[in-house]
Amino acid sequence: MRRIVFIFPILVFAVVGAFFAYGLTRDPSNIPSQLIDRPLPEFDLPAIQGMEKGLSTEDIKGEVALVNVFGSWCVSCHVEHPVLMELSKAGAVPIYGLNWKDEPGAGKAWLDRYGNPYDLVGDDQAGRVAIDLGVTGAPETFVVDREGRVRFKVTGPITEQYWTNTLAPLIEELRRS
Amino acid sequence: MRLFFLLAALFVSVSAFAAEPDELLDDPALEARAQDLDEHLRCVVCQSQSIAESNAPLAKDLRILVRERISQGDSDEEVIDYIVERYGDYVLLKPPVQGNTLFLWAFPAAALLLGAAGGFFFLRGSKKAIAASAPLSADDEDDVNRILKERG
Repeated sequence: MRRIVFIFPILVFAVVGAFFAYGLTRDPSNIPSQLIDRPLPEFDLPAIQGMEKGLSTEDIKGEVALVNVFGSWCVSCHVEHPVLMELSKAGAVPIYGLNWKDEPGAGKAWLDRYGNPYDLVGDDQAGRVAIDLGVTGAPETFVVDREGRVRFKVTGPITEQYWTNTLAPLIEELRRS
Repeated sequence: MRLFFLLAALFVSVSAFAAEPDELLDDPALEARAQDLDEHLRCVVCQSQSIAESNAPLAKDLRILVRERISQGDSDEEVIDYIVERYGDYVLLKPPVQGNTLFLWAFPAAALLLGAAGGFFFLRGSKKAIAASAPLSADDEDDVNRILKERG
C-alpha cells in the first residue's frame, strides 16, 4: 500500500509525459480537412487578370486531379513551383490552380515568370472559395477523384519526395478504383 | 500616483482588437455579436489567437464572413456551424463537450479528485501507522537500552 503512494505519481507523470511527447511529434499547422470524402464545394471563379478562362467545380470533374492553392506572395509556393512544373511537363496529373488573395495581375506575372503548370486557374481574390475549402495557408493541395470528391489534402509544399512516396501511389490507386 | 499608473499599465492588459474600421457593422448590437463570435473563433493561421486579435489576412476574411452572415440574419449558432463545417472543431477556441473531448474536459476534475483521494488516504494512513505502532518487544527494548548506554 505504501509503495503505491510513490509509484502512482510516477505512473501519472509517465502517462502525461507520453501524451506530451506524442504531441510534440505532430505538426500543429496540419489541421485535418473537413472535406475528405466529401464533394469539392461548388464554385465558379473568374479568370485571373491576363488569362481567359476561369475555374469552376465542373472543370475539375471526370479525372483524378490536383487543386493547388497558391499566391504570388506565398514563399513556400516558390519552393513548390518547380515540382508542379515537372509534373505538368510529364503530364503526370491535371493540376488546377486557385490563385488565392493575389493582387490583380500579380498571379499572371508570376506564372509568366516561372511557368504555368496549371490547366486552368481561378481567381479567388476575396478568399471566399478558400474558406469553403477550409484553406489555412498556401500552398495547399487537394487530391480530387473522378467523381469530384476530395480524397486527400496536402498542407504545405509538395516536394519531389512527397510526390513519389505519397501522392503518386495515391493517384494511381484512385485511377484504378 | 505615477507608480500606480505604471503598475496598472503593466498588469491590466487589454486584449487588442485587429478589426479595421471598414469591417465593422453599422448596427452596434450586431457588431457586438460579431465581436463576441470573433473572440471564440481560432485564427487558423496563427493558431493561438482568436480572429478578433489576429492581423492575418485569413482572419480578416473570416471576420468579414462572420459579419456578412450576421447581417443576413444568421443566429450565432448558424454562423459558428457554417465555419465549423469548413474548418472543423479545431476552429473553436473552446472545444465542445463530446465523445472525443471527454477526456480533455474530465481530466482536470479527475486529477483533482484522485489527488484529493490520494492525499486523504496518505494522511489517514500515517495517522493510523502512528496509532497502530506496537510497543517494542523485550529484545528490542534491551537493544535500545544497550545502544543508548554505549553512546553515553
